[in-house]
Amino acid sequence: MERKYLLGNEAIAHACLEAGVDFVSGYPGTPSSEVIDTLRAQPERPYYLEWSVNEKVALENALAAAWCGVRAICTMKHVGLNVAADPLMTSAYTGVTGGLVILSADDPFAHSSQNEQDTRCYAHFARVPCLDPAGVQEAHDMIPAAFGLSEEFGLPVIFRPTTRICHSKGDVELGPVATTGPRKGDFHKDPRQYVVIPAHTRILHKKLNEKQPAIRKRLVEMGFNRCEIRGKTAIVASGIGATYVQELLPEGVSFMKIGAYPIDEEWLGEFVRKHEKVLVIEELAPEVEETVRQVAGTVAVFGKKNGFAPYEGELSPQAVAAIMAKAGFLKTSPFAPQEPVQNLPVRPPILCAGCLHRGTFYAIKKVFRDGIYPSDIGCYTLGLQLGVVDTTICMGASITVASGISHSGEIRDVVCTIGDSTFLHSGVQGLMNAVYNDANMTVVIVDNRITAMTGHQPNPNTGITACGVETPAVSLDAVCRACGATFVETVDSYDITGMVNVLSEAKKRKGVKVIIAKQMCVISARRAGVKRGRYTVDPDICTGCGTCVRFGCPAIEFADEKASINELCSGCAVCAQLCPAGAIIREGKK
Amino acid sequence: MTGSYDILIVGIGGQGTILASNILGEACLIEGRHIKGAETHGMAQRGGSVESHIRIDGLYGPLIPPGQADLLVSFDLLEAVRYSHYLKNGGTAVVSRSLVLPTSVFTQKLTPPTEAELIAALKKNGLCIIDADRIATEAGSPLSQNVVMLGAASRWIPLRSESLLEAVKRLVPKKTIEINAKAFEMGRDAGGKN
Repeated sequence: MERKYLLGNEAIAHACLEAGVDFVSGYPGTPSSEVIDTLRAQPERPYYLEWSVNEKVALENALAAAWCGVRAICTMKHVGLNVAADPLMTSAYTGVTGGLVILSADDPFAHSSQNEQDTRCYAHFARVPCLDPAGVQEAHDMIPAAFGLSEEFGLPVIFRPTTRICHSKGDVELGPVATTGPRKGDFHKDPRQYVVIPAHTRILHKKLNEKQPAIRKRLVEMGFNRCEIRGKTAIVASGIGATYVQELLPEGVSFMKIGAYPIDEEWLGEFVRKHEKVLVIEELAPEVEETVRQVAGTVAVFGKKNGFAPYEGELSPQAVAAIMAKAGFLKTSPFAPQEPVQNLPVRPPILCAGCLHRGTFYAIKKVFRDGIYPSDIGCYTLGLQLGVVDTTICMGASITVASGISHSGEIRDVVCTIGDSTFLHSGVQGLMNAVYNDANMTVVIVDNRITAMTGHQPNPNTGITACGVETPAVSLDAVCRACGATFVETVDSYDITGMVNVLSEAKKRKGVKVIIAKQMCVISARRAGVKRGRYTVDPDICTGCGTCVRFGCPAIEFADEKASINELCSGCAVCAQLCPAGAIIREGKK
Repeated sequence: MTGSYDILIVGIGGQGTILASNILGEACLIEGRHIKGAETHGMAQRGGSVESHIRIDGLYGPLIPPGQADLLVSFDLLEAVRYSHYLKNGGTAVVSRSLVLPTSVFTQKLTPPTEAELIAALKKNGLCIIDADRIATEAGSPLSQNVVMLGAASRWIPLRSESLLEAVKRLVPKKTIEINAKAFEMGRDAGGKN
């Protein structure tokens, strides 16, 4: 046994090695990405591993591998499961032979997401087991159990960590890495199982439902759902909320910890009815609470449904203490409210100094002054701060929102932005549709050749696989032309004149115009050793007009009516092109 | 109330808060002690304000409630003030004398707080200001500022300084072990003078 200080996702990845995983697929998404990033960085990989183009593709690949009898894990963030929902719902019918674990990481408080949906509801909907860890150690321990459970019941198992598990750290007790594998896939033809025509699927649905009671019992036996009776009042808690409750639990209050779904209602009811008052604490949806209420009879239940706990946001020790105090489980919270110092300048995340997207946004705004700017999911969503992001809803929706606006009768120009990875994830269908239906719009693919925001994972546009093997890079130009677009122009994102020219040309034309604004991600460039000279402001020439400051680059500062450039400068030279006085020059050139 | 020693490390994405957390984790492993932590990953790292919670001897959750931290270690004066409400009464802030103004100050033409104002705002608790940039440069590299800060903070952290130094040596890139070991020692000296 070894003890290491690990990030939750690193502990989960190690547990996959302990479980002898054979097949790994997924699409990057915070907070899930480091699981595959850890697995692909292993010096020896006795398993197949891929970054897939999207979550649906990832899950279908993993499902097929599990049909062949090998152990597969498929990772994504919670909203990725929406994309993969189609195969998910029917994979519960077909089942699996090898263990299939679907890791869908939730993000309460939407630290890095567009919503706060709860993956446990999907598990409920699909009728597959769901494991919901309360800490890093339990997340680690649940993974081998999840594979076992999947094989025992022939069902995919959803594993649902949250941001506070994935991105927490702890000293974790690790088990030995499996030495049995790798298993070899062996597909047994069985159309009644794998061809879901109506005649087959009706029977499979019945079989899925028949599995449920045994699953509920098994989850209690496995110890993921457990309880201790200590008095006449009780707290039932799940996920990280259970950890916070344990930190605060007064003597004489019973405690039930839920770590797996579906919950055995008989077992739950027996516990609940031994108490007079039960408080339910869980993040997001009232998944546990609804089951508690079903079995509670006359027992008073406190939770979200009667206003004692919030439906939204993430829990914290102080939030849990406040809920417990409100429901009468603590006299007062042990944490006195603390007011942060007010009126400090905010420091939100910002596009890096030298980020290729900043110049592109500048040019779009210059050419399409009254334009409407749908955008997408990626670093470039930060273009919001520059006033060039009007909509963001989900992956790929920049192009479809643009075509919808264009067809709505809105007369202003529509210019959307989408990253290369997002375009390949689910943007390309929108482009095909827009061309097919003759929308009038401009698509700017902001192409940095990497999935940057989630930690620089390669994608089909990078020309390198997740395991670092060279592979033919997709040609975005050819893909767009194959979709039927005739105006497809590639331009260097750092060349503002070129960018303005090509955007102006697109503005004149009808139909769907595509511009590929291309440049390396400045972080990738730095790692690759690209060195450009820094730029500096000549104070004698600077008129203090503020044009460069409004550009919003963190390398540009302003004091005493003069601009200056700090050490963050990466030498992209875009600000030098913008300065009307010509005061920004390469360092050492004066 | 759980008997953990709670440290909040704050700074700006890219300043090395995560390495500092890993060093503390490794030092706890060396001493056979439990540790829990939580940190900022993902897009929020892009030049944004970041926080890393560390609970030495922590058994439960990774988050430190406001008003409960024993020690605040900040790589920036403004960030120190932003998170100062996390400190408990009688807690200590170990703060780098570095002030990176957020871009919002320039784009929105805000009047930024001065160094003196920020230091005054931190004075209600124990305060140790460290010239991390200067000390790191003297140690051999300005990139070792995070290790300088950890060295200074080690005066308050209930771990043996040998364990921390050993953890530094294990976790920094091989080529920089000597510089970082020196940075740690010099930071520790600076922490002792306050």
